[in-house]
Amino acid sequence: MREIHVHKIIETVKNLCIDANYYLGDDVICALVDARQAEESQVGQDVLDQILENVEIAHMEKAAMCQDTGVAVVFLEIGQDVHIVGGDLYEAVNEGVRQGYEEGYLRKSMVKNVFDRVNTKDNTPAVIHTDIVPGEDINIIVAPKGGGSENMSLVKMLPPSAGRNGVVDLVVKTVCEAGANPCPPVVVGVGLGGTYEKAALLGKKALLREIGSPNPDTELAGMEKEILKKINDCGVGPQGFGGRVTALAVHIESFPCHIASLPVGININCHVARHKEAVI
Amino acid sequence: MPEIYHLTTPLKDEDVEKLRIGDQVYITGDIYTARDSAHKRLIEALDGGRPLPADFKGQVIYYAGPSPAKPGKPIGSVGPTTSYRMDAYAPRLYDLGLKATIGKGNRNPEVIESLKKNKAVYLAAIGGAAALLARSVKASETVAYEELGPEAIRRLTVENFPAIVVNDTLGGDLYREGKKQYARS
Repeated sequence: MREIHVHKIIETVKNLCIDANYYLGDDVICALVDARQAEESQVGQDVLDQILENVEIAHMEKAAMCQDTGVAVVFLEIGQDVHIVGGDLYEAVNEGVRQGYEEGYLRKSMVKNVFDRVNTKDNTPAVIHTDIVPGEDINIIVAPKGGGSENMSLVKMLPPSAGRNGVVDLVVKTVCEAGANPCPPVVVGVGLGGTYEKAALLGKKALLREIGSPNPDTELAGMEKEILKKINDCGVGPQGFGGRVTALAVHIESFPCHIASLPVGININCHVARHKEAVI
Repeated sequence: MPEIYHLTTPLKDEDVEKLRIGDQVYITGDIYTARDSAHKRLIEALDGGRPLPADFKGQVIYYAGPSPAKPGKPIGSVGPTTSYRMDAYAPRLYDLGLKATIGKGNRNPEVIESLKKNKAVYLAAIGGAAALLARSVKASETVAYEELGPEAIRRLTVENFPAIVVNDTLGGDLYREGKKQYARS
């Protein structure tokens, strides 16, 4: 049994919130550079140049890449041999978010309820997903999620008869119809199987993979490639102005499901595909 | 071929009538930020016969909610938010003489009709390029609804703020045409 104090969790979450919003992952930067090479439209090339310039400015100035610094989505993988001491775990995560968004000059985008729309003023509560895993470490991932791309996401319960083609068509249609709204070029996370909520969570977790890393299952990897090609054939392009690169990557995660179901969760991320990770 | 125009606010009919989809514009002068909750309040004020916190005649509304300014900076990062959420409100404001809105993403047919009727335009700034766009903002002042935090109405003084014409006064649509040009069947 290893003891971890909540102070360590607060500090780690705080730093991850700031770093995720200031510094884009190298994998995303590489994907954007590749996209710039592949893009044929002049306006699309200009957009990608400015997106890459923005990443550099944010890095240099220690500023938020996007003003929408998102809902703080926090994934906790807690080793089963860890004992958390000094306070409440989820309150510690929220305190880290509170401090990170304040000290990092990040925007507070959370409202108290869906109808009164009153801002909570500290970007809490975080949306926290917890997994218990073997070991005595805690792995923390902070993935700030912007509203524009989240709004274009979808969970659909397809009939099993829809099969592979039904899934491909649904993902392509969802991303292409979203057009400029989710800030293309986008990253697409697809969750297949499980239940209604499991498919959505798998779609979100798929966004955490290194950009363009294929699913180890060759059939799913082939599907990722096919969907990506079809999305990029639809012509939406960078920022929707027309072009070859609408998506940087499609990542699929899957899980067994009920004999009656084919759940599909499609989570779209913008080109500011942020997440930072730390093990404590 | 797309043209490049430098515009100074407030805008006149002739400033926007010459714009065509795909043109690049650089805006200098004062523009106003307003997004979801601010729009709701503006329309409620109009419905209640109350005065608006600013005269939008000839003005530009930027659909944006900036991140907080660091010390010594006029503003934090400030990119566009998705515009369709303001579609329900936009025609009322265009009817009052608003000449342009800046955001990202499609507008509905009512907004596009309103642009034709009122000789106004819809422009897009690059979503997610918010640290870059902040460099065009020289000053910022809260005008109304401060309690809304990032959703308050702010007057931004901008220099050469870059945007692209998406919907012009003739009903053109860059998103539709751009997609058509690059779609492969």
